[in-house]
Order: sequence, then structure tokens, then C-alpha cells
Amino acid sequence: MTAAAEGSAPLAASRPGRKPLLQSESAQGLALITPTFLYALVLLVLPILVVIAHSFWTQHYLTIDRTFTLENYRIALTEPIYRDLLWRSLYISLVTSVATVVLAYPNAYYISFHGGHRKGLWLFLITIPFWTSYLLRVMSWKVILGYNGVLNSGLMGLGIIDEPITALLYNSNSVIITLVHAWAAFAILPIFVSLEKVDRTLIEAAKDLGDGPLRSFLRVTLPLSAPGVISALLIVMIPTVGDYVTPKLVGGKDGVMIANAIQAQFGKASNWPLGAALSVTTMIVVTAMAGAAVLIIRRAARLAR
Amino acid sequence: MSGLKRLVPGGWLSVYAVLYVAFLYVPVLFLPVFSVNTAATPKFPLSGFTWKWYEGLPHTPELLNAAWNSLVVGLSASVLSTVFGILAARAITRYRFPGRRPINGLIMAPLVLPEIIVAISMLLVILQLGLSLSLFTVVLGHVLVCIPYSMTVLTSGFEGFDRSLEEASADLGESAFGTFRRVTLPMVTPAIISSLLVSFTISLDEFIIAFFLTGTEATLPIYIWGQLRFAAKLPGVLALGTLLLVASFVLLSIAEVLRRRAARRTQSEGGLYA
Repeated sequence: MTAAAEGSAPLAASRPGRKPLLQSESAQGLALITPTFLYALVLLVLPILVVIAHSFWTQHYLTIDRTFTLENYRIALTEPIYRDLLWRSLYISLVTSVATVVLAYPNAYYISFHGGHRKGLWLFLITIPFWTSYLLRVMSWKVILGYNGVLNSGLMGLGIIDEPITALLYNSNSVIITLVHAWAAFAILPIFVSLEKVDRTLIEAAKDLGDGPLRSFLRVTLPLSAPGVISALLIVMIPTVGDYVTPKLVGGKDGVMIANAIQAQFGKASNWPLGAALSVTTMIVVTAMAGAAVLIIRRAARLAR
Repeated sequence: MSGLKRLVPGGWLSVYAVLYVAFLYVPVLFLPVFSVNTAATPKFPLSGFTWKWYEGLPHTPELLNAAWNSLVVGLSASVLSTVFGILAARAITRYRFPGRRPINGLIMAPLVLPEIIVAISMLLVILQLGLSLSLFTVVLGHVLVCIPYSMTVLTSGFEGFDRSLEEASADLGESAFGTFRRVTLPMVTPAIISSLLVSFTISLDEFIIAFFLTGTEATLPIYIWGQLRFAAKLPGVLALGTLLLVASFVLLSIAEVLRRRAARRTQSEGGLYA
């Protein structure tokens, strides 16, 4: 008896259930994406707006004075400590992103053009180390580059050097090495995807028309993979500018970056508005740098053709 | 001649590819190597084999506590981000609607934002609202950064999904929900499990957001961070790191196998029966 009642329920429910099918596609799509969209709006966009608002306010001990001021930006841009940290962060993220892309490109090329049926395996192999804890990867570089570390003790054991090389750890270079390693997978994947899209017949055509392998690579493959190079560059450049763990663990005092200063303002120094202004400045400057890089690559790709 | 020419670039490239993969793996592999070394500082030559650093782990209450916290946060974050991911990925792959690209861009944005920006902006709002920091606020942050990964996995699982199967089900009188439960869901289950595993792994390893948004309760990365200050604790951290590495590897291998199966299932001609 209850079974009969249960059996009829879906039938009854199917009528109102059909109505949405008749509604327009866009309404259904929008309705479906709204929860996720709202989540991102409330937990990402709204907080970023709050940060921007804070950057124009002033900290008075425990309270925040909400009268508009540009003082925080003056401090962020002109005070030598913050200015230097910002420049160093930009330098590190620029060198890291360019080095990551340059080192990743041949590998992505190899997988796309010579990977055969093992493309999937190669990509999986490359992403595995990236999935291991970021903290631990940074730490293993500290273990490798340290004064008594793996590299120094190994080289000394082999008799190549007599005393430990101190230049390995606690400077910008150790930060760059660690970041290039940490972000490799992020660069390979977009470049690989865009290389996969390169029409192989165009390369054949270039060859038939007398271009050598290098020339056809420079004039056909490389410009056509520019979108992948651009996204790889951006996906590495923007997050690395705000890296906190790497400079803290392997940067020492010469490798401190802007994120460490931002963290200090929200921690010990307890000056939220200044921390907010430093964050906003970093975001704007790195966006400008990324935009310039995109323009340069697009132009170069057009000229090469 | 031409055969040689074709071989040489590929040859050099393959040498490079192998070296590059070695560069990616070697630093990671030092963790397990030094976690079973008797010396308290990681250096060559290796001094001897031991399990003692692992044996110490279960006797550290703070560690067990942090592991439990990580498990709770990871499970909550992965379930929530997968639910949000399913809704959004379904909308993106199945429907056309105005604002599709900008909305998708916004949802994927945490992927390219510096984590510290995400962390401090959420911190400001939470403190402004007078909420206290806890594991719950960590979950909120982790869901935000996990959604893009869930989306990526799920869209690849949903894409190429044969819509005619759903239409057939609707024509045969199945309700929209019934169609979803009986036709769509079985086909996308591998992608969903894969999304759960991937977001769990991300949450398990995530440090910055947890660092800013947690109150007094530590997750595993925060526990590790605290231990890193003491040189004597390093071997124990290496042992713990090795265990995490193995866990991540296992979870992600399963996720990858499932994702591929999902992609094959939705894209092959045979549909459900393939």
C-alpha cells in the first residue's frame, strides 16, 4: 500500500519537474551557477573590496579612522623598506616566471611532438611532485642548499669543493630556484595545451616551402604557441609575487619579499590599512608588469610570422 | 640524412625531458631518503637506516590533533567545493547564458591570485564581522581555493557528455531530478570522486590560508611550520612529510585513473555501456 503511494509520487512530481525544461536555457544555466558565483562574490570580491577600502583608512591603535587618506600609499611607494621589498618581489617573480617558462617549453614541446601515446603518462609524472606539500618542497630545498646541506656535503664528499658554498642559501637566488621548481607544472600544462592545438600541416607546409626545422619552429610553432606561453607566464608571475613561505624559509634577510611585510602588518605590527595598501599596490604593479609582458609576447609573435 | 636530422632534435629533447623530470623529482625524493637516515641533520654521506623518526610520530599528541583537524577540514572543504563545483561545471558545460565567461573567470580567479591576498582579505572581513577564527573559517577559505580545481576536473568529466541520453530520459517521462539521478549521475560519478580527492589533497597541503584564518587549532601544515623552527625536530618532520607525500600520491593516482575513466565514459560512442 505504501509502495503504491510511493510509486505515484514521482509521477506527480514529474509535472512540476518538467516546467524548468520549458524555461529558457539561460535562466537554467544562471540558476545552476548562482550558488558558486555567490560564494566567490561573497568570499572573494567583497573581501577584496574591503581590503581596498581599508587601504584608504588609518590605524589608530586599536581603532580604525575611516577618513579618506592616501598616506598608506605614500608609505608603500616611497618608504625605502617597502619600495625595495616591492622591487625585489617584482624582480623575483619576473625572473622566476621567465625562467620557468623557458625551462618548461622544451619539455612541453617534447611531450606534444614526441610523446606519442605516452603523453598522458608524461603529464601525470610531471604533475605528481607538484601535488606534494608546498611547504615540504620548499623545506627540501632548504635541506639541499643549506650550509651543511645535501649539495654542500655531497660536493665536499666528492672532493669538488673544500668548504661549503655559502652563496647557495638565504638570498634571492635560492628563492628563485625554489620557485622555478615549485611552479614547473603550472607552466608546462598551458604550453602543452597550446602546442597540441598547433596545426601540424602548417609545419609541413613551412618545410615544403623550404624552411628548415629551426626556421619553421621560430616562424610557425613558436608564434602559434604564444597563447600558452602567455598563460604560463601569468599563472606563474602573479602568484609568486606574493609568495610568503619561500622567502621566509630559504630567503634569509636578503630574500625577504613583500608578502612577509604584508603578513607583519596583519600580525605583529598590526597596521591593517598599511598592510592593505601594500597588498593593493602589489596587485596593481604585478598586473601592470603582467600586462606589459603579454603585449611584448603578442608583438613578438606577430613580428616572427 | 633527413632521418638523422629528425632523430637528433628528438634525441636531445628526450635527454632534456628526462633531466627536467629528475630536477622535479630529486628535491622531493630527499624527504623519504633522509627520513630513514639515523643522523639528525640531513647531509651526505648517509649514516645508517632507521625507522625511529617514524616511531616517534604516534607519540606526539599535537601531531595527532593536527592530523585530526586536517582530516575534518579536508573532508568538509572537499565535499563543499565539489558540490559548488558540480553546480558550476554543469552550468558551464550544459547551458549557454549571458555572463558565462566572466562568471567562470571569477570562479577560477583564486587559481591565479596570490594566496596571501585571498587570505588577508578574508581575514579582514571575518574580523570586521566579529566572527572568531576557527577551523570553520579555514574551511571557508579552502573551499574558495579548491573550487577552481574541482571545476577543472569536473568540466573535463562533464564535457562531451552525450546530451541525447538525458533528452531520451526526459522524453520517456523521467523528471529533471530523476534524469539527473539515474542518467547523469552514474556517468559523472568518477569525475565527482576525482574532484573530492583532488580538493582533499589541496586542503591537506594548504598552508597560507590556514595560517591566517585559523584560531588556536593547527592543521598539519601549520604543525609542520611550527616544527621547522627547531632543527632537532627536522627528521620527524621529514618522516611526517614522507607519509603526507605517499598519501597525496595514492589519492591523486586514484583521482587520475577515475578522471580518465570518466572522460572515456562520457566521450566514447557507447555511452553508458562502454
